[in-house]
Amino acid sequence: MEGMGFAYLAAGFGAALTVIGGAFGIGKLASSAMEASGRQPEAAGDIRTSMIIAAALIEGISLFALVICILLALK
Amino acid sequence: MWINNPNIVTDTVKTTVEATKKQDTSWIMHHVLDARELDFTPFGIIHLPQMHLFGIDISITKHVVFMWLAVVILVVTFIFVARSYKKSLIPRGITNLTEVLIVFVRDEIARPTIGKGNERFLPYLLTAFFFILTCNFLGLIPYGSTATSNIAVTATLATISFIVVQVGGMMKNGVFGYFKGLIPHGIPMWLLPIMIVVELLGLFTKPFALAIRLFANMTAGHIVILALLGLIFILHTYVVVPVSISFALFIFLLEILVALLQAYIFTMLSGLFIGMAVHQEH
Repeated sequence: MEGMGFAYLAAGFGAALTVIGGAFGIGKLASSAMEASGRQPEAAGDIRTSMIIAAALIEGISLFALVICILLALK
Repeated sequence: MWINNPNIVTDTVKTTVEATKKQDTSWIMHHVLDARELDFTPFGIIHLPQMHLFGIDISITKHVVFMWLAVVILVVTFIFVARSYKKSLIPRGITNLTEVLIVFVRDEIARPTIGKGNERFLPYLLTAFFFILTCNFLGLIPYGSTATSNIAVTATLATISFIVVQVGGMMKNGVFGYFKGLIPHGIPMWLLPIMIVVELLGLFTKPFALAIRLFANMTAGHIVILALLGLIFILHTYVVVPVSISFALFIFLLEILVALLQAYIFTMLSGLFIGMAVHQEH
């Protein structure tokens, strides 16, 4: 396999690993948000806002890795 | 593709199919990247003027045109909104919607993050929020292109945020006092060199993350939609059309949410950095 093949392979693997990490983190976040909303339904609005902010930040990190994968795949 | 061509639709489809048969996916990037002409295929192409100034290329490109369009929309809307407050203090129509958004930025973003001095930074936060929101939404209409999916645009927005944070912090705490306040209190002396390096690096990585987050979110959504719709041409069958279009529609709705969310996140993080720089004792 020449160099280009390795780059495409690496891009695919990189994107998959990133998605695993990001989905795991956001899943854990959403589960604790649900639990907290169940315990105290009055705080559900605040919890929802914080959950969305944290989800966007985690997704920002996974998109860093996506940008690197796109750069690899475009070479 | 000119309008005199009677086989416009079939020619467009044929070109795309040929491209995907040759395993050429450059049409995805062609729709996402910046271009020197406004491409309204199949109705025509408007070529934009190219200018060079002292060797630097400052030609007008597609993203520049859409940024200017966003600016025009915002200026017209806000002049109208400001004038309508003279007639009556109760907002109606577009003034009502704009007031809801402005009060949202003030009460949910500026007040919790900056606290006491937030009126001075509110114009900047409002400008950033509405500009990013308009640019993101302009990319979702047909034939539109997202100016914020260009790393240069998001890097400029992040640089302006960086300048506002530093100048705001230095005006409140003094130049030397601001740098002194970056290091937290009550740490042992041997940690001091590491903390200086970490805090100085942190000053630069935060705007960098702002730029990359906005750029990657906007670009990734468009690429996913184009790839899903391109499945129809790659598989070369009509059976996959309902599946592909429904997935693409779902991703499109998600993109509307992401457009709103990314404008909110950018503004909120800018407000958070301003708050951390101005009130350093927290």
